[in-house]
Amino acid sequence: MIPSLPRPAWLRGATALYVAAFLAFLFLPLVIVSVFAFNNAPYPAPPWQGFTLDWFFGNDASGRVGLFQDGELLGSIWTSCVVAVWVTLLSVLAGFANALLIERCEFRGKQALSVMMLVPLVIPGVILGISILSFASQIAQFAQDHLHLDLRMLRPGLPLVVLGQFSYIATIATLTLRARLSRFDRTLEEAAQNLGASRAAVLRTILLPYMRPALIGSAAIAFLMSFADFNTTLMLVGGRAPLTVLMYGRMHEGATPVLNAVSLFLMIGSALLALAMLRGRAPRR
Amino acid sequence: MNGAAAGSRRQALLRQGLLMAPALLWLGLLIVLPHVELAVLSLREQVGPRHYVPSLAQYRTFFAEPEYWHVFLRTAWMSAAATLITLLIAFPIAWVIAKIARGRAATLLFLACLIPFWISETVRTLGWMILLRQSGVLPALLVKLGITAAPIEMLYHDSTIMVGLVYTSMLFMIVPLVSSLESLDNSLIEAAYDLGAGGFAVLRRIVIPHAAPGITAGCIVVFMLTLGNYITPTLLGGKNSGWFTEQIYTQFITRFNWEQGAAFGFLLLALSTAMVVIGLRLAGQRFGDVMGSR
Repeated sequence: MIPSLPRPAWLRGATALYVAAFLAFLFLPLVIVSVFAFNNAPYPAPPWQGFTLDWFFGNDASGRVGLFQDGELLGSIWTSCVVAVWVTLLSVLAGFANALLIERCEFRGKQALSVMMLVPLVIPGVILGISILSFASQIAQFAQDHLHLDLRMLRPGLPLVVLGQFSYIATIATLTLRARLSRFDRTLEEAAQNLGASRAAVLRTILLPYMRPALIGSAAIAFLMSFADFNTTLMLVGGRAPLTVLMYGRMHEGATPVLNAVSLFLMIGSALLALAMLRGRAPRR
Repeated sequence: MNGAAAGSRRQALLRQGLLMAPALLWLGLLIVLPHVELAVLSLREQVGPRHYVPSLAQYRTFFAEPEYWHVFLRTAWMSAAATLITLLIAFPIAWVIAKIARGRAATLLFLACLIPFWISETVRTLGWMILLRQSGVLPALLVKLGITAAPIEMLYHDSTIMVGLVYTSMLFMIVPLVSSLESLDNSLIEAAYDLGAGGFAVLRRIVIPHAAPGITAGCIVVFMLTLGNYITPTLLGGKNSGWFTEQIYTQFITRFNWEQGAAFGFLLLALSTAMVVIGLRLAGQRFGDVMGSR
Protein backbone atom coordinates (compact mmCIF):
# COMPACT_ATOMS: atom_id res chain seq x y z
CA MET A 1 0.00 0.00 0.00
CA ILE A 2 1.06 3.57 -0.48
CA PRO A 3 2.38 5.83 2.30
CA SER A 4 -0.74 8.01 2.39
CA LEU A 5 -2.75 5.02 3.61
CA PRO A 6 -2.31 3.39 7.01
CA ARG A 7 0.31 0.66 6.87
CA PRO A 8 0.61 -1.77 9.77
CA ALA A 9 4.01 -2.00 11.45
CA TRP A 10 4.57 -5.61 10.37
CA LEU A 11 4.09 -4.64 6.76
CA ARG A 12 6.67 -1.86 7.02
CA GLY A 13 9.09 -4.25 8.67
CA ALA A 14 8.48 -6.95 6.08
CA THR A 15 9.00 -4.47 3.24
CA ALA A 16 12.31 -3.26 4.67
CA LEU A 17 13.45 -6.85 5.18
CA TYR A 18 12.47 -7.79 1.65
CA VAL A 19 14.35 -4.86 0.14
CA ALA A 20 17.43 -5.71 2.22
CA ALA A 21 17.30 -9.37 1.15
CA PHE A 22 16.87 -8.34 -2.47
CA LEU A 23 19.88 -6.02 -2.36
CA ALA A 24 21.95 -8.78 -0.77
CA PHE A 25 20.90 -11.11 -3.59
CA LEU A 26 21.91 -8.50 -6.18
CA PHE A 27 25.28 -7.64 -4.73
CA LEU A 28 26.44 -10.91 -3.19
CA PRO A 29 27.98 -12.35 -6.38
CA LEU A 30 29.76 -9.09 -7.16
CA VAL A 31 31.14 -8.69 -3.65
CA ILE A 32 32.32 -12.31 -3.63
CA VAL A 33 34.09 -11.88 -6.97
CA SER A 34 35.85 -8.75 -5.71
CA VAL A 35 36.88 -10.22 -2.36
CA PHE A 36 38.46 -13.33 -3.85
CA ALA A 37 40.58 -11.23 -6.18
CA PHE A 38 42.72 -10.58 -3.10
CA ASN A 39 42.79 -14.07 -1.59
CA ASN A 40 46.26 -15.56 -1.21
CA ALA A 41 45.30 -18.94 -2.71
CA PRO A 42 45.63 -20.59 -6.12
CA TYR A 43 41.85 -20.91 -6.57
CA PRO A 44 39.02 -18.46 -5.89
CA ALA A 45 37.58 -20.49 -3.00
CA PRO A 46 37.39 -20.29 0.77
CA PRO A 47 38.97 -20.34 3.29
CA TRP A 48 40.48 -16.87 3.38
CA GLN A 49 44.27 -17.23 3.37
CA GLY A 50 45.39 -13.67 3.66
CA PHE A 51 45.62 -10.61 1.50
CA THR A 52 47.66 -10.50 -1.69
CA LEU A 53 48.01 -8.38 -4.80
CA ASP A 54 49.55 -11.28 -6.72
CA TRP A 55 46.50 -11.67 -8.94
CA PHE A 56 47.03 -8.14 -10.18
CA PHE A 57 50.80 -7.72 -10.24
CA GLY A 58 52.13 -11.26 -9.87
CA ASN A 59 54.86 -12.33 -12.28
CA ASP A 60 57.12 -15.32 -12.78
CA ALA A 61 59.00 -14.51 -9.59
CA SER A 62 55.93 -15.08 -7.44
CA GLY A 63 54.86 -18.08 -9.50
CA ARG A 64 51.50 -16.48 -10.17
CA VAL A 65 50.51 -14.70 -13.35
CA GLY A 66 48.70 -11.54 -12.36
CA LEU A 67 46.33 -9.55 -14.55
CA PHE A 68 48.96 -7.04 -15.62
CA GLN A 69 51.36 -9.82 -16.67
CA ASP A 70 48.79 -11.96 -18.46
CA GLY A 71 49.34 -11.09 -22.11
CA GLU A 72 46.39 -13.13 -23.29
CA LEU A 73 43.96 -11.38 -20.94
CA LEU A 74 45.33 -7.92 -21.66
CA GLY A 75 45.16 -8.64 -25.39
CA SER A 76 41.53 -9.68 -25.12
CA ILE A 77 40.68 -6.50 -23.18
CA TRP A 78 42.25 -4.52 -25.99
CA THR A 79 40.29 -6.54 -28.58
CA SER A 80 37.07 -5.84 -26.69
CA CYS A 81 37.89 -2.14 -26.62
CA VAL A 82 38.57 -1.98 -30.36
CA VAL A 83 35.32 -3.81 -31.12
CA ALA A 84 33.37 -1.62 -28.68
CA VAL A 85 34.72 1.60 -30.18
CA TRP A 86 33.62 0.55 -33.67
CA VAL A 87 30.23 -0.65 -32.47
CA THR A 88 29.69 2.59 -30.55
CA LEU A 89 30.65 4.76 -33.49
CA LEU A 90 28.44 2.89 -35.95
CA SER A 91 25.49 2.60 -33.57
CA VAL A 92 25.43 6.25 -32.57
CA LEU A 93 25.79 7.46 -36.17
CA ALA A 94 23.12 5.10 -37.49
CA GLY A 95 20.93 5.79 -34.46
CA PHE A 96 21.12 9.54 -35.04
CA ALA A 97 20.25 9.17 -38.73
CA ASN A 98 17.35 6.86 -37.81
CA ALA A 99 16.07 9.27 -35.18
CA LEU A 100 16.13 12.17 -37.67
CA LEU A 101 14.46 10.00 -40.30
CA ILE A 102 11.60 8.87 -38.07
CA GLU A 103 11.05 12.14 -36.22
CA ARG A 104 11.60 14.57 -39.09
CA CYS A 105 10.65 12.97 -42.39
CA GLU A 106 7.34 11.88 -43.86
CA PHE A 107 7.27 9.01 -46.34
CA ARG A 108 5.29 5.92 -47.19
CA GLY A 109 6.09 2.92 -45.04
CA LYS A 110 7.52 5.01 -42.21
CA GLN A 111 5.43 3.21 -39.60
CA ALA A 112 6.57 -0.18 -40.87
CA LEU A 113 10.20 0.93 -40.93
CA SER A 114 10.07 2.25 -37.38
CA VAL A 115 8.57 -1.06 -36.15
CA MET A 116 11.18 -2.96 -38.16
CA MET A 117 13.89 -1.04 -36.29
CA LEU A 118 12.67 -2.60 -33.04
CA VAL A 119 12.76 -6.17 -34.34
CA PRO A 120 16.47 -6.85 -33.60
CA LEU A 121 15.67 -6.55 -29.89
CA VAL A 122 13.37 -9.57 -29.97
CA ILE A 123 15.69 -11.83 -31.94
CA PRO A 124 17.85 -13.96 -29.63
CA GLY A 125 21.52 -12.96 -29.91
CA VAL A 126 22.63 -16.46 -30.88
CA ILE A 127 20.33 -16.35 -33.90
CA LEU A 128 21.55 -12.91 -34.96
CA GLY A 129 25.01 -14.43 -34.80
CA ILE A 130 24.34 -17.54 -36.89
CA SER A 131 22.25 -15.70 -39.48
CA ILE A 132 24.95 -13.08 -40.06
CA LEU A 133 27.59 -15.83 -40.09
CA SER A 134 25.80 -17.83 -42.76
CA PHE A 135 24.91 -14.79 -44.88
CA ALA A 136 28.48 -13.49 -44.76
CA SER A 137 30.00 -16.82 -45.72
CA GLN A 138 27.47 -17.18 -48.53
CA ILE A 139 28.70 -13.86 -49.96
CA ALA A 140 32.32 -14.82 -49.38
CA GLN A 141 31.73 -18.14 -51.14
CA PHE A 142 30.04 -16.39 -54.05
CA ALA A 143 32.91 -13.92 -54.37
CA GLN A 144 35.41 -16.74 -54.34
CA ASP A 145 33.59 -18.91 -56.88
CA HIS A 146 32.58 -16.24 -59.35
CA LEU A 147 34.90 -13.30 -58.87
CA HIS A 148 37.96 -15.14 -57.53
CA LEU A 149 38.11 -12.76 -54.60
CA ASP A 150 39.10 -13.80 -51.11
CA LEU A 151 36.98 -11.62 -48.85
CA ARG A 152 38.76 -12.37 -45.60
CA MET A 153 36.64 -9.90 -43.62
CA LEU A 154 33.50 -11.96 -44.21
CA ARG A 155 35.00 -14.99 -42.48
CA PRO A 156 34.55 -15.28 -38.70
CA GLY A 157 36.60 -12.55 -37.07
CA LEU A 158 36.45 -9.09 -35.61
CA PRO A 159 34.72 -7.30 -38.52
CA LEU A 160 31.83 -9.76 -38.28
CA VAL A 161 31.76 -9.43 -34.50
CA VAL A 162 31.41 -5.66 -34.90
CA LEU A 163 28.58 -6.07 -37.43
CA GLY A 164 26.82 -8.68 -35.30
CA GLN A 165 26.83 -6.51 -32.20
CA PHE A 166 25.89 -3.42 -34.18
CA SER A 167 22.85 -5.22 -35.60
CA TYR A 168 20.99 -4.98 -32.28
CA ILE A 169 22.85 -2.23 -30.41
CA ALA A 170 21.80 0.16 -33.20
CA THR A 171 18.19 -0.35 -32.06
CA ILE A 172 19.03 0.73 -28.54
CA ALA A 173 20.89 3.83 -29.75
CA THR A 174 17.97 4.67 -32.04
CA LEU A 175 15.47 4.44 -29.17
CA THR A 176 17.56 6.65 -26.87
CA LEU A 177 18.16 9.30 -29.53
CA ARG A 178 14.57 9.29 -30.79
CA ALA A 179 13.24 9.83 -27.28
CA ARG A 180 15.31 12.98 -26.92
CA LEU A 181 14.71 14.29 -30.44
CA SER A 182 10.94 13.92 -30.13
CA ARG A 183 10.91 16.48 -27.32
CA PHE A 184 12.88 19.04 -29.31
CA ASP A 185 11.22 22.39 -29.95
CA ARG A 186 11.57 22.97 -33.68
CA THR A 187 10.74 26.68 -33.45
CA LEU A 188 14.30 27.13 -32.15
CA GLU A 189 15.67 25.95 -35.48
CA GLU A 190 13.19 28.05 -37.43
CA ALA A 191 14.14 31.12 -35.43
CA ALA A 192 17.81 30.53 -36.16
CA GLN A 193 17.09 30.06 -39.85
CA ASN A 194 15.01 33.24 -39.94
CA LEU A 195 17.93 35.04 -38.44
CA GLY A 196 20.03 33.87 -41.36
CA ALA A 197 21.83 30.84 -39.97
CA SER A 198 22.83 28.22 -42.54
CA ARG A 199 21.73 24.60 -42.15
CA ALA A 200 25.18 23.59 -40.97
CA ALA A 201 25.22 26.40 -38.41
CA VAL A 202 21.79 25.38 -37.11
CA LEU A 203 22.94 21.79 -36.76
CA ARG A 204 26.12 22.81 -34.97
CA THR A 205 24.76 25.47 -32.64
CA ILE A 206 21.25 24.20 -31.89
CA LEU A 207 20.55 20.58 -32.65
CA LEU A 208 23.86 18.98 -31.63
CA PRO A 209 24.12 20.80 -28.26
CA TYR A 210 20.52 19.81 -27.55
CA MET A 211 21.20 16.17 -28.46
CA ARG A 212 24.50 16.04 -26.55
CA PRO A 213 23.24 14.24 -23.42
CA ALA A 214 21.48 11.58 -25.49
CA LEU A 215 24.50 11.18 -27.76
CA ILE A 216 26.79 10.67 -24.77
CA GLY A 217 24.26 8.40 -23.08
CA SER A 218 23.73 6.20 -26.11
CA ALA A 219 27.48 6.01 -26.73
CA ALA A 220 28.10 4.85 -23.16
CA ILE A 221 25.31 2.27 -23.36
CA ALA A 222 26.53 1.03 -26.75
CA PHE A 223 30.09 0.71 -25.45
CA LEU A 224 29.04 -1.23 -22.34
CA MET A 225 26.66 -3.49 -24.25
CA SER A 226 29.33 -4.26 -26.81
CA PHE A 227 31.87 -4.99 -24.08
CA ALA A 228 29.42 -7.30 -22.33
CA ASP A 229 28.04 -9.06 -25.40
CA PHE A 230 28.56 -12.78 -25.45
CA ASN A 231 25.87 -14.59 -27.47
CA THR A 232 26.33 -12.87 -30.81
CA THR A 233 30.10 -12.66 -30.42
CA LEU A 234 30.46 -16.36 -29.65
CA MET A 235 29.05 -17.29 -33.04
CA LEU A 236 31.12 -14.83 -35.06
CA VAL A 237 34.46 -14.86 -33.28
CA GLY A 238 37.57 -15.89 -35.15
CA GLY A 239 41.09 -16.25 -33.80
CA ARG A 240 41.21 -13.19 -31.57
CA ALA A 241 38.76 -13.58 -28.70
CA PRO A 242 37.27 -10.58 -26.91
CA LEU A 243 37.31 -10.62 -23.12
CA THR A 244 33.91 -12.24 -22.47
CA VAL A 245 34.66 -15.17 -24.76
CA LEU A 246 38.13 -15.68 -23.29
CA MET A 247 36.77 -15.51 -19.73
CA TYR A 248 34.06 -18.01 -20.60
CA GLY A 249 36.64 -20.45 -21.90
CA ARG A 250 38.80 -20.11 -18.82
CA MET A 251 35.84 -20.44 -16.45
CA HIS A 252 35.11 -23.82 -18.02
CA GLU A 253 38.62 -24.93 -17.14
CA GLY A 254 38.48 -23.67 -13.55
CA ALA A 255 40.58 -20.56 -13.53
CA THR A 256 42.83 -18.83 -11.02
CA PRO A 257 41.75 -15.65 -9.20
CA VAL A 258 43.23 -13.65 -12.06
CA LEU A 259 39.69 -13.75 -13.46
CA ASN A 260 38.45 -12.14 -10.26
CA ALA A 261 41.05 -9.45 -10.72
CA VAL A 262 39.95 -8.73 -14.28
CA SER A 263 36.32 -8.75 -13.13
CA LEU A 264 37.04 -6.17 -10.46
CA PHE A 265 38.81 -4.15 -13.10
CA LEU A 266 35.68 -4.34 -15.30
CA MET A 267 33.42 -3.31 -12.44
CA ILE A 268 35.52 -0.24 -11.75
CA GLY A 269 35.61 0.58 -15.45
CA SER A 270 31.83 0.28 -15.80
CA ALA A 271 31.26 2.35 -12.67
CA LEU A 272 33.52 5.12 -13.99
CA LEU A 273 31.77 5.11 -17.34
CA ALA A 274 28.36 5.22 -15.65
CA LEU A 275 29.48 8.13 -13.50
CA ALA A 276 30.83 9.99 -16.51
CA MET A 277 27.52 9.43 -18.24
CA LEU A 278 25.49 10.73 -15.30
CA ARG A 279 27.73 13.79 -15.24
CA GLY A 280 27.25 14.33 -18.96
CA ARG A 281 23.52 14.13 -18.43
CA ALA A 282 23.38 16.55 -15.54
CA PRO A 283 22.29 20.04 -16.59
CA ARG A 284 25.19 22.41 -16.98
CA ARG A 285 25.17 25.31 -14.60
CA MET B 1 10.53 30.65 -58.63
CA ASN B 2 9.37 27.26 -59.83
CA GLY B 3 12.92 26.13 -60.48
CA ALA B 4 13.98 27.12 -56.98
CA ALA B 5 11.03 25.23 -55.45
CA ALA B 6 11.85 22.14 -57.49
CA GLY B 7 15.50 22.49 -56.46
CA SER B 8 14.68 22.61 -52.75
CA ARG B 9 12.30 19.67 -53.18
CA ARG B 10 15.05 17.70 -54.82
CA GLN B 11 17.34 18.68 -51.99
CA ALA B 12 14.78 17.51 -49.42
CA LEU B 13 14.43 14.19 -51.22
CA LEU B 14 18.19 13.79 -51.35
CA ARG B 15 18.43 14.52 -47.64
CA GLN B 16 15.73 12.00 -46.88
CA GLY B 17 17.44 9.40 -49.05
CA LEU B 18 20.74 9.96 -47.22
CA LEU B 19 19.03 9.65 -43.85
CA MET B 20 17.31 6.47 -44.95
CA ALA B 21 20.45 4.76 -46.24
CA PRO B 22 21.85 3.66 -42.85
CA ALA B 23 18.52 2.16 -41.80
CA LEU B 24 18.09 0.28 -45.06
CA LEU B 25 21.67 -1.02 -45.05
CA TRP B 26 21.44 -2.04 -41.41
CA LEU B 27 18.05 -3.76 -41.57
CA GLY B 28 18.53 -5.16 -45.04
CA LEU B 29 22.07 -6.50 -44.82
CA LEU B 30 22.21 -7.48 -41.16
CA ILE B 31 18.65 -8.51 -40.33
CA VAL B 32 16.43 -9.35 -43.31
CA LEU B 33 18.83 -11.00 -45.79
CA PRO B 34 20.70 -13.04 -43.15
CA HIS B 35 17.41 -14.46 -41.94
CA VAL B 36 16.38 -15.28 -45.50
CA GLU B 37 19.72 -17.06 -45.92
CA LEU B 38 19.16 -18.90 -42.63
CA ALA B 39 15.68 -19.98 -43.78
CA VAL B 40 17.09 -21.25 -47.08
CA LEU B 41 19.81 -23.17 -45.22
CA SER B 42 17.30 -24.79 -42.90
CA LEU B 43 15.16 -25.94 -45.83
CA ARG B 44 17.79 -27.89 -47.72
CA GLU B 45 19.64 -31.15 -47.41
CA GLN B 46 23.10 -32.17 -48.50
CA VAL B 47 23.01 -35.12 -50.90
CA GLY B 48 26.58 -34.99 -52.14
CA PRO B 49 29.71 -32.86 -51.89
CA ARG B 50 28.51 -29.28 -52.44
CA HIS B 51 25.22 -30.58 -53.77
CA TYR B 52 21.99 -29.66 -52.01
CA VAL B 53 18.28 -30.26 -52.58
CA PRO B 54 15.31 -28.52 -50.97
CA SER B 55 13.95 -30.64 -48.16
CA LEU B 56 12.34 -30.64 -44.76
CA ALA B 57 14.84 -33.18 -43.47
CA GLN B 58 16.33 -30.82 -40.85
CA TYR B 59 12.97 -30.24 -39.24
CA ARG B 60 12.12 -33.94 -39.48
CA THR B 61 15.31 -34.78 -37.61
CA PHE B 62 14.31 -32.41 -34.85
CA PHE B 63 10.97 -34.13 -34.28
CA ALA B 64 12.37 -37.62 -34.79
CA GLU B 65 15.14 -37.25 -32.20
CA PRO B 66 13.66 -37.05 -28.69
CA GLU B 67 16.98 -35.62 -27.45
CA TYR B 68 16.43 -32.49 -29.53
CA TRP B 69 12.82 -31.70 -28.79
CA HIS B 70 13.18 -32.64 -25.12
CA VAL B 71 15.85 -29.98 -24.76
CA PHE B 72 13.68 -27.55 -26.71
CA LEU B 73 10.66 -28.08 -24.46
CA ARG B 74 12.82 -27.98 -21.36
CA THR B 75 14.33 -24.65 -22.46
CA ALA B 76 10.86 -23.24 -23.14
CA TRP B 77 9.41 -24.39 -19.87
CA MET B 78 12.33 -23.29 -17.74
CA SER B 79 12.33 -19.89 -19.45
CA ALA B 80 8.63 -19.49 -18.70
CA ALA B 81 9.22 -20.45 -15.07
CA ALA B 82 12.16 -18.05 -14.80
CA THR B 83 10.02 -15.25 -16.25
CA LEU B 84 7.26 -15.86 -13.72
CA ILE B 85 9.65 -16.05 -10.76
CA THR B 86 11.40 -12.88 -11.91
CA LEU B 87 8.04 -11.09 -12.13
CA LEU B 88 7.04 -12.21 -8.63
CA ILE B 89 10.35 -11.14 -7.07
CA ALA B 90 10.63 -7.88 -9.02
CA PHE B 91 7.09 -6.62 -8.51
CA PRO B 92 7.36 -5.70 -4.81
CA ILE B 93 10.70 -4.00 -5.47
CA ALA B 94 9.24 -2.00 -8.35
CA TRP B 95 6.33 -1.09 -6.08
CA VAL B 96 8.68 0.16 -3.39
CA ILE B 97 10.65 2.22 -5.91
CA ALA B 98 7.59 3.70 -7.61
CA LYS B 99 5.22 4.16 -4.68
CA ILE B 100 6.76 3.84 -1.23
CA ALA B 101 10.30 5.19 -1.27
CA ARG B 102 10.57 8.92 -1.86
CA GLY B 103 13.00 11.22 -3.60
CA ARG B 104 16.60 10.28 -2.98
CA ALA B 105 15.84 6.89 -1.46
CA ALA B 106 13.85 5.86 -4.53
CA THR B 107 16.58 7.05 -6.91
CA LEU B 108 19.28 5.24 -4.93
CA LEU B 109 17.31 2.01 -4.77
CA PHE B 110 16.66 2.18 -8.50
CA LEU B 111 20.35 2.82 -9.19
CA ALA B 112 21.27 -0.08 -6.93
CA CYS B 113 19.07 -2.32 -9.09
CA LEU B 114 20.77 -1.07 -12.24
CA ILE B 115 24.41 -1.33 -11.16
CA PRO B 116 24.90 -5.11 -11.35
CA PHE B 117 23.71 -5.05 -14.93
CA TRP B 118 26.35 -2.61 -16.05
CA ILE B 119 28.73 -5.49 -15.54
CA SER B 120 29.05 -8.37 -17.94
CA GLU B 121 27.09 -11.55 -17.33
CA THR B 122 30.33 -13.52 -17.31
CA VAL B 123 31.43 -11.69 -14.16
CA ARG B 124 28.11 -12.23 -12.40
CA THR B 125 28.15 -15.90 -13.30
CA LEU B 126 31.69 -16.20 -11.96
CA GLY B 127 30.33 -14.84 -8.67
CA TRP B 128 27.63 -17.50 -8.52
CA MET B 129 30.14 -20.23 -9.31
CA ILE B 130 32.42 -19.15 -6.47
CA LEU B 131 29.42 -18.99 -4.16
CA LEU B 132 27.81 -22.30 -5.04
CA ARG B 133 30.40 -24.85 -6.13
CA GLN B 134 31.37 -27.65 -3.81
CA SER B 135 34.53 -25.88 -2.70
CA GLY B 136 32.64 -22.60 -2.69
CA VAL B 137 31.47 -20.12 -0.11
CA LEU B 138 27.92 -21.28 0.65
CA PRO B 139 28.69 -25.00 1.05
CA ALA B 140 31.57 -24.05 3.38
CA LEU B 141 29.23 -21.81 5.33
CA LEU B 142 26.65 -24.58 5.67
CA VAL B 143 29.31 -26.89 7.10
CA LYS B 144 30.47 -24.23 9.52
CA LEU B 145 26.91 -23.65 10.71
CA GLY B 146 26.54 -27.39 11.23
CA ILE B 147 23.69 -27.74 8.74
CA THR B 148 25.51 -30.22 6.52
CA ALA B 149 28.29 -32.57 7.57
CA ALA B 150 30.30 -32.21 4.36
CA PRO B 151 30.28 -29.52 1.65
CA ILE B 152 27.53 -30.26 -0.86
CA GLU B 153 27.65 -29.50 -4.58
CA MET B 154 25.24 -26.63 -5.20
CA LEU B 155 26.18 -26.14 -8.86
CA TYR B 156 24.86 -28.18 -11.78
CA HIS B 157 21.26 -28.43 -10.60
CA ASP B 158 18.24 -27.08 -12.43
CA SER B 159 17.53 -24.84 -9.47
CA THR B 160 21.03 -23.38 -9.82
CA ILE B 161 20.32 -22.53 -13.45
CA MET B 162 17.05 -20.97 -12.32
CA VAL B 163 18.75 -18.76 -9.72
CA GLY B 164 21.21 -17.56 -12.34
CA LEU B 165 18.50 -16.88 -14.93
CA VAL B 166 16.30 -14.97 -12.50
CA TYR B 167 19.29 -12.96 -11.33
CA THR B 168 20.33 -12.00 -14.88
CA SER B 169 16.78 -11.05 -15.85
CA MET B 170 15.94 -8.85 -12.89
CA LEU B 171 16.76 -5.47 -14.43
CA PHE B 172 14.69 -6.09 -17.55
CA MET B 173 11.65 -6.70 -15.38
CA ILE B 174 12.16 -3.90 -12.87
CA VAL B 175 12.63 -1.06 -15.35
CA PRO B 176 9.33 -1.47 -17.27
CA LEU B 177 7.44 -2.26 -14.04
CA VAL B 178 8.69 0.89 -12.34
CA SER B 179 7.81 3.10 -15.29
CA SER B 180 4.30 1.69 -15.57
CA LEU B 181 3.68 1.86 -11.81
CA GLU B 182 4.94 5.43 -11.57
CA SER B 183 2.21 6.60 -13.90
CA LEU B 184 -0.49 5.09 -11.68
CA ASP B 185 -2.37 7.87 -9.87
CA ASN B 186 -2.25 7.34 -6.10
CA SER B 187 -5.70 8.86 -5.68
CA LEU B 188 -7.19 5.85 -7.46
CA ILE B 189 -5.76 3.58 -4.78
CA GLU B 190 -6.93 5.91 -2.04
CA ALA B 191 -10.42 6.03 -3.52
CA ALA B 192 -10.59 2.24 -3.69
CA TYR B 193 -9.39 2.04 -0.11
CA ASP B 194 -12.00 4.56 1.05
CA LEU B 195 -14.66 2.50 -0.67
CA GLY B 196 -13.57 -0.49 1.39
CA ALA B 197 -11.35 -2.44 -0.99
CA GLY B 198 -8.65 -4.60 0.59
CA GLY B 199 -5.07 -4.86 -0.58
CA PHE B 200 -5.76 -7.81 -2.81
CA ALA B 201 -8.76 -6.20 -4.52
CA VAL B 202 -6.75 -3.04 -5.17
CA LEU B 203 -3.96 -5.10 -6.66
CA ARG B 204 -6.26 -7.14 -8.89
CA ARG B 205 -8.67 -4.44 -10.05
CA ILE B 206 -6.51 -1.30 -10.17
CA VAL B 207 -2.79 -1.97 -10.05
CA ILE B 208 -2.48 -4.96 -12.38
CA PRO B 209 -4.75 -3.58 -15.13
CA HIS B 210 -2.83 -0.32 -15.05
CA ALA B 211 0.59 -1.96 -15.02
CA ALA B 212 -0.31 -4.48 -17.75
CA PRO B 213 1.84 -2.81 -20.45
CA GLY B 214 4.85 -2.83 -18.12
CA ILE B 215 4.24 -6.41 -17.07
CA THR B 216 3.93 -7.48 -20.71
CA ALA B 217 7.05 -5.62 -21.79
CA GLY B 218 9.05 -7.08 -18.89
CA CYS B 219 7.82 -10.63 -19.43
CA ILE B 220 8.44 -10.54 -23.19
CA VAL B 221 11.98 -9.25 -22.82
CA VAL B 222 12.84 -11.58 -19.95
CA PHE B 223 11.43 -14.65 -21.68
CA MET B 224 13.26 -13.85 -24.88
CA LEU B 225 16.58 -13.16 -23.16
CA THR B 226 16.28 -16.29 -21.04
CA LEU B 227 15.45 -18.45 -24.03
CA GLY B 228 18.48 -17.09 -25.87
CA ASN B 229 20.81 -17.19 -22.87
CA TYR B 230 23.98 -19.21 -23.22
CA ILE B 231 26.46 -18.39 -20.44
CA THR B 232 24.24 -18.94 -17.43
CA PRO B 233 22.84 -22.39 -18.28
CA THR B 234 26.12 -23.75 -19.63
CA LEU B 235 28.28 -22.55 -16.73
CA LEU B 236 25.85 -23.06 -13.85
CA GLY B 237 24.30 -26.20 -15.34
CA GLY B 238 27.55 -27.85 -16.32
CA LYS B 239 28.24 -29.94 -19.38
CA ASN B 240 24.76 -31.32 -19.81
CA SER B 241 22.78 -28.23 -19.00
CA GLY B 242 20.34 -29.06 -21.77
CA TRP B 243 19.81 -25.58 -23.13
CA PHE B 244 18.70 -25.17 -26.72
CA THR B 245 21.18 -22.43 -27.61
CA GLU B 246 23.90 -24.92 -26.76
CA GLN B 247 22.46 -27.33 -29.32
CA ILE B 248 22.56 -24.58 -31.93
CA TYR B 249 26.18 -23.88 -31.07
CA THR B 250 27.06 -27.56 -31.27
CA GLN B 251 25.47 -27.96 -34.71
CA PHE B 252 26.87 -24.75 -36.12
CA ILE B 253 30.35 -24.50 -34.68
CA THR B 254 31.33 -27.95 -33.39
CA ARG B 255 29.74 -30.24 -35.97
CA PHE B 256 29.69 -27.71 -38.78
CA ASN B 257 26.20 -28.93 -39.69
CA TRP B 258 24.84 -25.53 -40.66
CA GLU B 259 21.62 -26.85 -42.16
CA GLN B 260 20.63 -28.52 -38.90
CA GLY B 261 21.79 -25.53 -36.86
CA ALA B 262 19.78 -23.16 -39.04
CA ALA B 263 16.64 -25.25 -38.52
CA PHE B 264 17.23 -25.20 -34.75
CA GLY B 265 17.73 -21.45 -34.93
CA PHE B 266 14.44 -21.00 -36.71
CA LEU B 267 12.61 -23.17 -34.20
CA LEU B 268 13.98 -21.05 -31.36
CA LEU B 269 13.07 -17.88 -33.24
CA ALA B 270 9.56 -19.22 -33.86
CA LEU B 271 9.07 -19.97 -30.17
CA SER B 272 10.37 -16.59 -29.12
CA THR B 273 8.21 -14.78 -31.71
CA ALA B 274 5.14 -16.81 -30.74
CA MET B 275 5.60 -15.81 -27.12
CA VAL B 276 5.97 -12.13 -28.07
CA VAL B 277 2.76 -12.28 -30.13
CA ILE B 278 0.81 -14.20 -27.47
CA GLY B 279 2.03 -11.84 -24.76
CA LEU B 280 0.94 -8.79 -26.75
CA ARG B 281 -2.46 -10.34 -27.50
CA LEU B 282 -3.07 -11.22 -23.86
CA ALA B 283 -2.34 -7.68 -22.75
CA GLY B 284 -4.01 -6.09 -25.79
CA GLN B 285 -0.82 -4.18 -26.60
CA ARG B 286 0.93 -3.23 -29.80
CA PHE B 287 4.53 -4.21 -30.43
CA GLY B 288 5.72 -0.69 -31.21
CA ASP B 289 4.14 0.74 -28.06
CA VAL B 290 5.54 -1.89 -25.73
CA MET B 291 9.08 -1.99 -27.10
CA GLY B 292 9.31 1.69 -27.99
CA SER B 293 8.46 2.80 -24.48
CA ARG B 294 11.66 1.45 -22.99
